[in-house]
This record gives sequence, C-alpha cells and structure tokens, in this order.
Amino acid sequence: MAKVRKGVEVSIAIADAVAQADVDVIAAYPITPQTHIVEHLSEIVADGELDAEFIPVESEHSAMSVCCGSSAVGARTFTSTSSQGLALMSEIFFIAAAMRLPMVMALANRSLSSPLSIWNDHSDVMMVRDAGWIHVFVDNGQETYDNIFCAFRMSEDPEVMLPVAVNLDGFILTHMIEPVMYEDDELIRKYLPPFKMKNALHPDNPVSMGCFGMPEIYTEAQMNREMGVRNSYPHIIRAWDEWGRLTGRHYRPVETYRADDAEYCIVTMGSYGETAMEVVDTLREQGEKVGVIKIRLWRPFPLEEFRKAALGKKHLIVLDRAISFGTRGGPVATELRSALYGRPGAPSVVNYVAGLAGRDVSRKDFTNIILQGKQKAASGDTEGFTLYGLRG
Amino acid sequence: MAKTSVSSPKNVERAEYLAPGHRACQGCAEVLAVRLVLKALGKDTIVAMATGCMEIVTSPLPITSWRVPWIHNAFENPSAVISGGEAGMKAMMRKGKLPQKKINFVGMGGDGATADIGFGPLSGALERGHDMIYVCYDNEAYMNTGIQRSSSTPYGASTTTSPAGKKSIGQQTQKKNMVEIAAAHGIPYVATACPSFPFDLLDKVKKASETPGPAYIHILSVCPTGWRIQPSDAIKYGRLAVNSCVFPLYEVADGRHRLTYRPSEKKLIPVSEYLSGQGRFRHLTDHDIEQIQARVTRDYERLVKLSDQE
Repeated sequence: MAKVRKGVEVSIAIADAVAQADVDVIAAYPITPQTHIVEHLSEIVADGELDAEFIPVESEHSAMSVCCGSSAVGARTFTSTSSQGLALMSEIFFIAAAMRLPMVMALANRSLSSPLSIWNDHSDVMMVRDAGWIHVFVDNGQETYDNIFCAFRMSEDPEVMLPVAVNLDGFILTHMIEPVMYEDDELIRKYLPPFKMKNALHPDNPVSMGCFGMPEIYTEAQMNREMGVRNSYPHIIRAWDEWGRLTGRHYRPVETYRADDAEYCIVTMGSYGETAMEVVDTLREQGEKVGVIKIRLWRPFPLEEFRKAALGKKHLIVLDRAISFGTRGGPVATELRSALYGRPGAPSVVNYVAGLAGRDVSRKDFTNIILQGKQKAASGDTEGFTLYGLRG
Repeated sequence: MAKTSVSSPKNVERAEYLAPGHRACQGCAEVLAVRLVLKALGKDTIVAMATGCMEIVTSPLPITSWRVPWIHNAFENPSAVISGGEAGMKAMMRKGKLPQKKINFVGMGGDGATADIGFGPLSGALERGHDMIYVCYDNEAYMNTGIQRSSSTPYGASTTTSPAGKKSIGQQTQKKNMVEIAAAHGIPYVATACPSFPFDLLDKVKKASETPGPAYIHILSVCPTGWRIQPSDAIKYGRLAVNSCVFPLYEVADGRHRLTYRPSEKKLIPVSEYLSGQGRFRHLTDHDIEQIQARVTRDYERLVKLSDQE
C-alpha cells in the first residue's frame, strides 16, 4: 500500500493496519461493536491480501487461548473484543501478560451487563486494569491506525514482551468514518521489523512455559511481572518517538491542550478528549482559564508525566466512563487522587462519571461539567463522584 | 493410512522425553501414558497441557520434566492453545519466516479438562480441523483436587463429591462417551488406548501423528490413589478394564470403527472381577454389578457389530 489519505470507517482502518503489520495469526469471536474489525480482516485473508491464519474460534476464552499458543511459537498475533467477550476471556487475558506473550488487541470499549447493553463506556477495560497489559487509549481514527503499529512495536520489543491493548470507544470510534492517513508499506516494514521471539516454543530449543509456582517462588514471580510492566515505560516512549520521527504524528503518555497557562483542567481518556478540546476553545473565548489533560497511557500509569501536567493547577475535573462500585470514585479519578496525594501544589479533584453505555455527552454537557465542576471544587465539595445526567 | 506397527520392545523409542524424577504418585498409570505418548511422537513435538496432576507433577518452578517444548496455560484450554501454536507455525512456515518441519502439535488434558471444563474449546479445535492430536488421559475423576466426580466418572463410583451413601449409589450418571463425541466431529482419527497395552497405545499415537488433521486419543489411566487400589496393581487394573470390556480398545479411522483388541474367551472376564478390588466400587451390591454388567455387555456388543460391519 502507498501513502494515501482515505475516508474510512475506523474498524476498517484497524483491519488494514493489521494487514500492513503482516500479522501471522488472528483469532477472534464476533461481538458488537468489534465485529467490523474482524469481518474486514477475514475478507482481507480470504482475498489473499494478508497471508495469515484467521481462526474463527468458538468463544472469546478460546480466542485469547489461541493467541497465547500462537504468540508462544513466535507468531505475530492479533485479536479484538469488547465487553462480555473480554469478561469471558479475562482468565486467559491475565495469563497472557503473566507469561509475557506479545500480542495486540483492539479493545472496542463497551459497557458490561447487566442490564445488557452494546453501547460504549469503559467498564470493560477497567475490569482488567490490573492484568499487567499495556493499555493505550486513542481519541480518533488516525490515532487508532497509528497505534496498531506502535502497539506491535511495544509488545514485541525484547525488553518489553507484554501484550498491548489499544482501547477505542465502541461505536463512537469503531463505526465512525474519518479521514485517516495510511502510511506506505515500506515505512511500516522499517518501523516494524519481523517478530523474532527468543525462546519461542520450537523442537530445536525445548523450553517449558507456564510452570506452576509454590509460595516460595510466587512472590518473586509477581515482582518480576511488576518490574516488567514498569520497565516497559521507556520502550513505549521510544516506540512512539520513532513513529513520530517517521510520520510527524507524535504521541505522549499524557497529552495536554491549552493546559500550560490553565488554572484548572478537565481530564479525559479516549474519544471524549476531542469534544473536551472543542469545548475548552469556546470557554477560553469566554475567559475561562481551562485546559485539557488526556491520559493516553493507562498502564503502566505515567505517574511523573501526569504530575508534571497536573501539579500547580487549582482543580482537576476528572471525567470517568465507569463506576467502581462502592469506592466513591471512578477508576481514573481514584488513580489520579492517589497520584496527587500529599504532593505540594496538588489540585483538588472533582469527579464526574458520564456517558455510561453510550449516553451522549454533548458539548453542552461538557460545558456544564466543566463549569459546575469548577464551582464544586471552589466550594470544597470534592469528595466522591457525581453521576452526571442521572434522571429521577 | 500407513501401517505403523510396534510389536516388540525392540522397536520402541529408547529416548525419554519425560524425564524421571517427576512427582507423580507411586503406580501412576497416567504419567506412564504420557511417557509412552512422547515415545511414540519423538522429539519434534510441542505439547500444550491442561492444569491438573500431570502439569503439577512435571513443572514445579524452577524445574521441569519436559524434554520437548511444553506450555501450560490454563485448565480448560490446551486444545485452543495448541491450535494457536499449530496455526502460528503453519503461517510462519508458509511465509518463509520459519524453516519447514513436520511437528506434532499435541494438546493434553485429564478427563475433567476434556469432558467437562474444556469440552467447548476441544470441540471448537476439532471442528476447525487443525493438524493436531488431542490426548485425554482419563483417570475418571478430578484426582488433582482430591477425587471429585467428573462427567467421565463411571456409574456407581464413590468419589468425594459423589459419595456412596444411604440414599446414593455414588456416581448416579453414566460415563460421558467422549470417544464417540470426538468421532461425531467427523475427524479422521479417534482411538482409545491404555498403558497396560503399550504396543497398542504406541501404534495408535503414531497413526494419529501420521494422519493429517485432528486426531483424538482417549487413554484410560489407572489412578491407584483415586481408585483406592495398590500402586503395584495399576497395570493389572488396566488389563481388567479392557478384558472385562468396560474399556474396549478400538479406533475410528475415517469414520470406520475397528476393535484393535478383542479379549479371547480365555481372557474375557465379568465386570465383577474389575470392580471388586477397587475401593471406589466396594459398596456396590450384586444387583448393582448385574446392572453394570448388562450395560457393559450391551455397549460392547454394539461396538463389535460396528467393528464387524466395516
């Protein structure tokens, strides 16, 4: 493929990126809103445009299991799921990270049952927050396309060897037609050389993977995992920097918009970042000194970069897309409060949970959240969270 | 299908791919089954194994008994994991990323991993037609967790979750017929085996290896601990199971049933001889045993008929 700008559904762009990445194995089970990704991939394989094994498994649990097997033999591996599918595969999702098996997942974020809902929020990914995967969030089609390559580069880095999830909002992104700049194959080959796995399963070099651990060794194994995730950080930055150098599109673990001189900021993760930016532009015209902080890298959590962006602000208004039942705060706000606790210059944190199961959060809603949040913060009303737009 | 017959110890692979020093119980016929399977397959083999006795006794970190590449991932998914390994290797060899090589892709699990929790993944892998061999070593209960019943536990057996009591015979359901379920997928090769008949076992595993596509081998693996017999009697009870026709040795190749061993009149024994010495069956009455005998006879006659038809 040559470099070209296309108007394309984001799901199709993901599938095209997977093909350009010369993936060897794709295993997936259909679930809304991920379906367009795997449908298009199966077409690409059926037409011979990508030489790969497309494994239409009988469940998501097996999708992740197939991916583990394929990664263990050193094959470049891709999968995609959502919501209940992620819940069903969660057992193996954890094991994939623990066994340091590189693979990339496009996670089309969707609410969890019950009540059954196919629409977008972040309750699925928060369920596996602590699994030891690298979690990247994207805002638009271009970021999604780009980050498929970056994710493979991070995942297969011999110093990383961890699975990577590219989180994109279901429907809001997956089903959106957007302009996306496709890079040419030559650039992709340069950026993403073939996966060479040390100690892959092969008869020429027999290794045992997934041995069991007695209490004498389990603690050390867990610390090893923690260090693995923590130490992936500089390699994640390197993968993004190299992509930026080649394409001119740069990514950072924490990104800011009009935040440098802002008194307070709204914090988002995922596609809501773009709406937040537009609303901030309007509010700036009205004299509000407000900015946006976007969390792009959720795990490993970019503690220093976040503090750099946040310390010195008066308030943060954190927009969560999931409830952590019983904790009086969404997962993102809870994380950020913990990151800021006891730091000189720490802003107060006001937490809103909004947009559950695809309920639209319009520009007007963003304006409300920002202005109300500012008032709440100023009056010291910063405990717990507000479920925005709750009726009745 | 090529004739591969192992008829003498001289023909048996001398190399050991499962190292001694593992932690299986004395008299474990399951670990013997795994050892024989590996001898039949040789070194160009990759094994994905379910959680269970065999995984625990062969892989306590930081040591391993495995001399072939081996992966354990979870309880229910060795079939899916090995299908991924097969797919990955196939793609990489086709694309020139790996040199061509004939490799046996083998999934292994106990009866719980196969007939219960891993039933769906196994059915999926068989249906998808991967070039793989799935080996079920069936010791007829969840032995690793302490002898709980599975759907592969035979009628009348007392286990820790199907205890014989004043109002219960023990296991109240009939053993799930995994062999016929596997065969119903229309896969090219299905067989039963038992390490008490090692040549028959080796022969079948070799056939499975030479058959393109999925193969399923169901191995009755006597568990002295769970069956409550002497460790020194493990081989004997395998023979009794086969000679009483409780566990017939047969294969289904390209849909055709064939008994690979028929107990001669001299060797044929009533099921009572098989059941009577086992602690798990000691509560059975003569009437219970008659009922079991009737069912065993019926099932075996059906198998003979199928075998003779072909």
